[in-house]
Amino acid sequence: MPNLGKYEITVLSAYGAGIVLILALIAWTLWRGARVRRQLREAEERRTRTHG
Amino acid sequence: MATFSMNLIWQYANPKKFMQTSGMVLPWVIGLAAIGMVGGLIWGFFFTPNDYKQGSTVKIIYLHVPSAMIAINGWAVMLIASLIWLIRRHHVSALVARAAAPVGMTMTLIALITGAIWGEPMWGTWWAWDPRLTSFLILFLFYLGYIALWEAIEDPDTAADLTSVLCLVGSVFAFLSRFAVDFWHQGLHQGASLSLDGRDEVADIFLFPLLTCMGGFILFFIAMVLLRTRTEIRARRLKALIARERMG
Repeated sequence: MPNLGKYEITVLSAYGAGIVLILALIAWTLWRGARVRRQLREAEERRTRTHG
Repeated sequence: MATFSMNLIWQYANPKKFMQTSGMVLPWVIGLAAIGMVGGLIWGFFFTPNDYKQGSTVKIIYLHVPSAMIAINGWAVMLIASLIWLIRRHHVSALVARAAAPVGMTMTLIALITGAIWGEPMWGTWWAWDPRLTSFLILFLFYLGYIALWEAIEDPDTAADLTSVLCLVGSVFAFLSRFAVDFWHQGLHQGASLSLDGRDEVADIFLFPLLTCMGGFILFFIAMVLLRTRTEIRARRLKALIARERMG
């Protein structure tokens, strides 16, 4: 851990906020991607069953 | 030559071609983005000295500057994609604009938050109605409005039309966010730290990790936009299939 001096809380909170937001964006993107992929697969299976 | 290049670009307006190509390049873009971002942030945080004036708060630039850069240029990407939609009616371009918005919005929020956290000890205040800060806040509100408009309209073509017009209007604030410190020589925010004419105001020891972070953030933006566009293309197909099911 580098010596952050009297601004330790300032620097750590900036990095904490930034990293949390980036991770939230990644998680949201992956979650929505997986959900849409699953729903599309199910819809295509239904279509195959109906139309052969 | 120009016609050949344009034809090459328009190929990617085909969703199938876009899915094929993006599927091939995505692992590389994700890998390089991870190396650039994580490497740059570790380099900047752990292996650069404190500044003689700003102390350790100088380390915040490794998050603040790249995220602000993506916030503004993300809107520029949306503007180009929106113009392509309005002129050529290519669905993939409208979906690229839609996919880029949440990434740009997150980056704008990171720039605003890290800027406020840095501003408190350096300027003595979290916030000031300074031209750059204010135009950035308005840009964030435009991002929010743009995303809300996409969600609010059922018909995708109408949503693409209206959000494209909103994007054109919001471009004024994206442009102002970039050049506010040059237009109005007032306010707390300092001038640009980096410039293309080589008159950088950052010492090399801070500059190289900063450039690494900026490269990482650009690749991260590309990776997120590609991933989200692929999801939007699938969501559009899903919507069409469900509509067909309902029609019997």
